[in-house]
Amino acid sequence: MNLVRRAAFLLHITHTHGIVRRYFVVNGFDGALTMLGIVMGFVIGGPASLHVVISACLGAAIALGVSGVSSAYVSESAERQRALVELEEAMVKDLRDSYHGEALRWVPMLIALVNGAAPLCISLLIITPLWLASAGVSLPLPPLYAAIAVALLSVFLLGAFLGRVAGISWLHSGLRTLLIALATAALIYLFA
Amino acid sequence: MVAVKRMVLDVLKPHQPNALDFSRTIAAVGDDYRVRLTVIEVDENTETLQMVVESRAIDFEAVLSSINAMGGSLHSIDEVEVQNQPDGG
Repeated sequence: MNLVRRAAFLLHITHTHGIVRRYFVVNGFDGALTMLGIVMGFVIGGPASLHVVISACLGAAIALGVSGVSSAYVSESAERQRALVELEEAMVKDLRDSYHGEALRWVPMLIALVNGAAPLCISLLIITPLWLASAGVSLPLPPLYAAIAVALLSVFLLGAFLGRVAGISWLHSGLRTLLIALATAALIYLFA
Repeated sequence: MVAVKRMVLDVLKPHQPNALDFSRTIAAVGDDYRVRLTVIEVDENTETLQMVVESRAIDFEAVLSSINAMGGSLHSIDEVEVQNQPDGG
């Protein structure tokens, strides 16, 4: 069994593929809205150098990634440990050397990786226009507005993905999450 | 060589891997393995199975190892069919 199939198998027997998907969307959404908030803050707060904006966004992105990895690993390890103990009691058997024991070791790491990578990758995607602008690449929009546009697009795509998962209209679902992001932007505009 | 041709095993297993994955994994032990699995009883966390394994020559240790790897537990060997056959036959 190759690595990907083995990972899929372990997620399947522990019923955690749904949790992975949920974490990806939830934390990806967190990452996108956090970046939207920071960039909006700089737009409203007045001029700042791109270097400062990038540093602030990158700092938040790394913090979100580390927070995602560590929190998911700690909580999922505890959940998997509890599930294994319950199963061992039912089976009256030590299952550490079985696929269930292997799942206890690997599944929390896989979930933690997704939980940390989702906000980090989406944040990096949103920061990309800022990097491009600081590297001298000309953009159709001012860099901060381009980053906001990428953030809104990311949120829309996460919603569309959720729509596909739920088997409902991806457009409707994408527009719904986009509306949440626009409401967030309006709140920031009002109170920042 | 005495070859084991058929075994009927009483196995307790967790709900996962499910019956299909469980029997596929046992069948993958050898090229000509044939597995028939019947779920006898379902409890909150476990299932009791009757598993019939057939082959030209069953490698019992390998089958047992696969059952254990999937978290199963062999309760008893209920039927066995063995044949003394010439080497290579």
